[in-house]
Amino acid sequence: MSNLLPLELHMQMTLLFEEYARLLDEDRLEEWTDLFTEECLYEIVSRENVQQNLPLSLMLCDNKNMIRDRISALRQANIYNIHTDCHVIGPIRGTVGEAGYEASAAYSLFQSTQEGETRLFSVGRYHALVIERGGLLRFVRQRVIVDTGAILTLLATPI
Amino acid sequence: MDAATVPSADPIQRYSFPAADCSRIPYGMYRDADIYALEQERIFRGPVWNYLALECELPNPGDFRVVAVGDTPVIVNRARDGNVHAMVNRCAHRGAIVQRAIHGNVRKHVCCYHQWSYELTGKLTGIPFRRGVEGVGGLPADFDMAEHGLQKLRVEVLCGVIFGSFSPEACPLEDFLDAPFVAQIRRLFHKPPVVLGYQRQRVFGNWKLYTDNLRDPNHGGLLHMFQITFGIARLSGRGGATLDRDGKHNMSWAAQGARPEGETPQADAGYGDTGRGDMDIRLRDPSMLRYHKEYPDDLSLTVASIFPNCAFQQIGNTLAVRQIRTKSADEFEIVSTYFGYDDDDAAMRRHRLRKANLAGPAGLVSMEDGEAVELVHRAILRDLDEHSVVEFGGRGPVTDQPNLVTDVPMRGFWITYCRLMGIHAGPANA
Repeated sequence: MSNLLPLELHMQMTLLFEEYARLLDEDRLEEWTDLFTEECLYEIVSRENVQQNLPLSLMLCDNKNMIRDRISALRQANIYNIHTDCHVIGPIRGTVGEAGYEASAAYSLFQSTQEGETRLFSVGRYHALVIERGGLLRFVRQRVIVDTGAILTLLATPI
Repeated sequence: MDAATVPSADPIQRYSFPAADCSRIPYGMYRDADIYALEQERIFRGPVWNYLALECELPNPGDFRVVAVGDTPVIVNRARDGNVHAMVNRCAHRGAIVQRAIHGNVRKHVCCYHQWSYELTGKLTGIPFRRGVEGVGGLPADFDMAEHGLQKLRVEVLCGVIFGSFSPEACPLEDFLDAPFVAQIRRLFHKPPVVLGYQRQRVFGNWKLYTDNLRDPNHGGLLHMFQITFGIARLSGRGGATLDRDGKHNMSWAAQGARPEGETPQADAGYGDTGRGDMDIRLRDPSMLRYHKEYPDDLSLTVASIFPNCAFQQIGNTLAVRQIRTKSADEFEIVSTYFGYDDDDAAMRRHRLRKANLAGPAGLVSMEDGEAVELVHRAILRDLDEHSVVEFGGRGPVTDQPNLVTDVPMRGFWITYCRLMGIHAGPANA
């Protein structure tokens, strides 16, 4: 247990995840992008593939420009179900690792339609690697392992 | 009696196909639960071949995957004899699901309910307490185990692609596929494939709205704005649709490639005032869009949809088979098996995985399909004898199409569908 994050860092990590979820839920996707370092990995992958050691993702951005492209495609090109996201992130387990701070947490993601109908869209777990950059915690890696591998309708906005 | 309020006992009499060329499709075909039930018998278990799996997923004896034909769960596995067998995943005793895992390696399939066990060929080989205890209880002496195996499907394999059929009437697989689709499977599986992973998508609409979508090249350059914007396939570019002799399968193809870096997009009059023809949006990292030519031809996009349940997709270097698994009249699943080749180097492997961003439920090119299917499915709930209009590319004969501004292949699907369902398409007295 000795490599758990010190309380102060744990609180910062919690705030980082809070900001992550809030920016997604408020559709501030460009600002959400800023939570990543320039060299980074953002990946959504199904538990089914992880368990079989299969490399295919549902969404794969292996640098920040690819994340920016995802967001600009959503803004300018893609057509998808009009919805509001609500992320509920559980307690974070943060540890000090060799390459930075590692953090994992379960999430539930609810989607609501324009008419206020809500469905549980996805559950799973975040597996992040976070470093300190200019006094702020930033994601070097955010790997989202989804239990809900059978994507409901489609997956447009990031988890 | 009012025909509008009392539905006919025979579901196929409830709706009209006023045109013999299937240029009108009644909405009821997409919403009626009785039609759906009939499809399971006459389409999925009819004289057709359904895609099951790839041989490379079952390299060793005992390897199995649980797939579905329509909504029937099917075990496909490799037996000790080295051959691939497929059988319904339902115990011959009381109807329980036998194999509960979705993949794995086993010596035999054992039902957890009463421990009946089956060989990998589907043959029933073990029944605990068959003779009872000290001669009391158990099964009657004349119970014939040979008559209680798992229900078997016929299996044929082409280039490592496994198809199954419930029907003794289905013609040989290659005749069913016809030359262009045999050629396309040989093209995609010309060397050993390796599975990169799976993607699943649940769509809350009728499965035929998706098979329609696959046979409607016209929507590609209108709905999928990403591919227009980044020049992957434009309606005005070189492309078309290739059909089999019946017109039931369709391969939409394009030979265009992404717009070269630095080139300004050209205004495209065909897009009119939709604002979609001359967008100037660039990716910060366009490397994903590159197509590394890997076949002798110049086709950069091919989607070969095989009647009734699958499509073989090549979006640049992203290769996959999509299997449609129906759930009800109002829901289906798409299970996509992505693959590369055994001899891919690390760079090509990485390129395929990155380029997979274009396809699937989160696909930059394809995510819209889930939305489009659901939009139609929701809106057609009433007025079930109103009709979809299918006239792009013209009426009448169903033939190969020289460009993408067509939905003729959709009519080809429906002509075969009607024949198998026993539906008369055309004026009532014709």
